[in-house]
Order: sequence, then C-alpha cells, then structure tokens
Amino acid sequence: MAKNLTTLVTSKTRTVEIQRNNPTVIIGERINPTGRKKLLSELKEGIFTIVKNDAVAQVEAGAKIIDVNAGVPGADEEALLKDMIYAVMDVTDMPLCFDTADNKALETALSIYEGKALINSINGEKERLAAVLPLVKEYDAAVIALCMDDDGIPPTAEARFKVAAKMIEEAGKLGISADRLVIDPLALTMGSDHNAGRIAIDTIKMVVEEFGVNITMGASNISFGMPDRAAINATFLAMAILAGLTCPITNPLEEEIILAVQAADLVMGRDEFGMNWIKTYRSRLKES
Amino acid sequence: MSELLSEITAMLIEGNFKDMAAKTTTALEGGFGAEIILNEGLMPGMDHVGIEFKAGNLFVPEVLRSAKTMQEAMNIIRPILIESGAEPAGKIIIGTVKGDLHDIGKNLVGMMCEGSGFEVIDLGKDVDPTSFVEAAEEHQPDIIGMSALLTTTMLSMERTIKALTEAGIRESVKVMIGGAPVTQDFADQIGADGYASNAASASDIARELTA
Repeated sequence: MAKNLTTLVTSKTRTVEIQRNNPTVIIGERINPTGRKKLLSELKEGIFTIVKNDAVAQVEAGAKIIDVNAGVPGADEEALLKDMIYAVMDVTDMPLCFDTADNKALETALSIYEGKALINSINGEKERLAAVLPLVKEYDAAVIALCMDDDGIPPTAEARFKVAAKMIEEAGKLGISADRLVIDPLALTMGSDHNAGRIAIDTIKMVVEEFGVNITMGASNISFGMPDRAAINATFLAMAILAGLTCPITNPLEEEIILAVQAADLVMGRDEFGMNWIKTYRSRLKES
Repeated sequence: MSELLSEITAMLIEGNFKDMAAKTTTALEGGFGAEIILNEGLMPGMDHVGIEFKAGNLFVPEVLRSAKTMQEAMNIIRPILIESGAEPAGKIIIGTVKGDLHDIGKNLVGMMCEGSGFEVIDLGKDVDPTSFVEAAEEHQPDIIGMSALLTTTMLSMERTIKALTEAGIRESVKVMIGGAPVTQDFADQIGADGYASNAASASDIARELTA
C-alpha cells in the first residue's frame, strides 16, 4: 500500500493539512449560485451579504476550506469570482477553493490569492489538463481531479482508477507531485443506479491503495431521487471515510453531515480523546 | 374495462418489468389491439406514476422501474402501432445541453412523455446547438426539450434557440426547457415556449404545446 500523502492548502495565515491520519477536512460547498435563487440574484446585483454570511457560518460549523463558485449565467465570471474571493477573505482567513471552468477567471483568482489554493477542478480531458496543470504548477496550488475524461464518466471502478492514474502521470510530467492532486471518484446518484455508491467506494479504495493520495467527493448527489436523503448521505460519508475519503465537499450546515464525519473520525482514531465530538455536542446544546 | 388491461396498468405502476412482455403478448393474443393496450393499459399507469411522483409519493428508482416496464410493453406493441399507422400524440426531441452530463431529469421527462403517447427521440447528454438543429431538421419534431443542471450550461439553451432561428426552423417547432437552475423567467427571457419544474409537469406542458 502506498504511503499516505499530505496535501497542503493554505491562506496567508492558515495551513490546512489534508492527511489520512488527521480529522477529515470539510470543504464548504455553500458559496455556489447553482440552484440558490437568492444568492444568484444578489450576485447579479454585486451584493455579497449571503456570500459573507455563508463563509462565516460554514467556518463556524467546521469547514476548513471554503469553495467559491461564481457560475452566474451571463456574468463576467473573472470579475465576479475576484469580487467574491475578496468578500470571503474579508470575513475569514480560511484557505479557499476556486471552483470554475473558466481558465481566465481561475488564473486571475490564483494571481490575487496569497497562499496555496485548491483548484476545483481538472478531469482527464486533454484540453482541460493542458489549460489548468500549468497554473497548478505556476501558483503552487493543489487541484481536485475528477475521474472522467473525453469519453465521459467511466462506468466501472477499474476504468475510473485508470483515469486517476493518467491524471497523476500527466501532472508528474510537469513536476507536480501526486500529493497536490486530490482525486474525486465521482459519486453518481443511487436513485438511477443502485450500484453508484459501491462504484465510488471501490474507486476510492483502489486509488488510495496504489497512490496514497487524498480523496474528495461531493456526497449529497448520491441520494438524489430517494426519500430520507440525510441518512443516506451520512452513512455514505462514513463508509467513504473508511475507504479513504479525506476532504469531502459538502454542506457543513447540515447537522447529519457533521455528525457523520466526526463520528467516522472518532471511529478511525483521528479524534484525540474524542474532543472534537464532545465540543460539537456542547455547541449544539448551547444553540438549543 | 377488461381485467387484463387493468392488470397491465397495475404491473406498470408496480414496475414489474419481468412479466410485462408476457402479459402484453397475452393481451394481444386475447384480441386487444395495440392502441387499446397503449391507451387503456399503459397510459393510465404512467399517468398515475406521474401524479404520485409529483406528489412525492413515488421516488426516482420506482419511476425508472416503471419506465423500464413501459419499454418492455412498447418493444412489443410499437411495431404494430407503426404498421397500423396509429398517430402518436406528437414527436419530441430531448437532450441535456452542451457541457452538461446530468441526464436523470431528462430521462424522466422522456419516459413521462412517452407514457403520454409521444414519440420521443433522445439525443442524450452534452448535446450542442448544431446537433439539436440537425436532429430537428431530420425528424421534424413538434417539440424540442432541453435540460440543464448547471447555471453555466443553461446558457446553451439560448444558443440552441438562436441556432434554430438561424436555420429558419424556429417557427415550426416548440421549445420547452427545464432543470434545477432553470426558471419561468429564464424561459421567457430566452424565448422558450414552455418551462416545466419537474418531469410530470413536462408531459403536461408537452400536451398543452401540441394541443
């Protein structure tokens, strides 16, 4: 089994170490206008109140990295992402994750950011690799790498593993070491394929076994179309953490998510004296 | 209504795809026409599934099972329907737009429309404007249905509508759109003819647009 790698994501003043022996790092996903109509209309008007509130709330809830997505239809994404990053940095010093498919927006974001950012994302598509990997290198960033390529999302764990291997190889050619790639096995919805969860878990196991890299994943998509989604998401997260997930992209404001992640960390022996678990319990008591 | 037809309806609602082919064959052998089986056996079942799904009483896997069951029956009766010259409710082309790989919603829309008697041509996902235009020219549909799950990809809907206009066929086809980030406002803004917030209302809208 490959050695566990450490991925560093930093801001000017903070360093987050993503590592399989550390507690799970939650990447807060809330600052994304997709499907959030109020946030969308604020962003269209250049208002950043929700952005700032979301940043603070997610950090308070335990997020260690904040994802920022400026996908507003018709907007100048380069300018908007920049404004959103400044808004978030106004209220928190946690490291950031730049979530964009626009290469110019990404480069501008990286150029104004002081620290090692996390980029969301590359995949095995040749064009995307050619555009983003040089930026990863230039700005000393880390990058999320999705297990899909020009042929789409492979249906098996074996084929997704191959895409992961290819991306790690391509990055290596530019001198980007594997610890700077965070692999996303892709969790599709079990509502349309009941094997979707197992395929994601198997992919994680194979990739971690071979490369020891860190693993991220969006964990709420998996339950789409099903009743009692929170329970599915929580169980899936805990199982994925056992398999090797180290930094899920998720919503820390959902109690079930935090409980699942922290309970899994406790079970895995990553929560010394159970202090995180107890601390979260006390803060919930205070709120109620 | 005959017992055999209500059994087909029940089988469709239950999603019993294993027994549907045999049951359909039995109905045909028993003297029921293909059109009767579709209109009085299958469609009431899909209507029920659509209503219950919209109400939150049925879930995606159940709807997909019903769709699969519907396919089992359609595989047998479709050739007979075509041979007898029975007219479908209309023809609809569907697809998830360029750059977008989310297809569950689009697939649900396809099956709901098929369950309402439409002929459905599914172009799949990541469909660029040109492909929509080419398919429209080839198949001459009544409706083009587009789906997008991302705020960034939904703009491709507008490009497709423009491409239809440029190709000179915008007037001969209705356009309906849907997907998580899509709203009625957005539909109006880009000049779509219809918007549906879920798969069951999509087939209702399709019926209205072709009425």
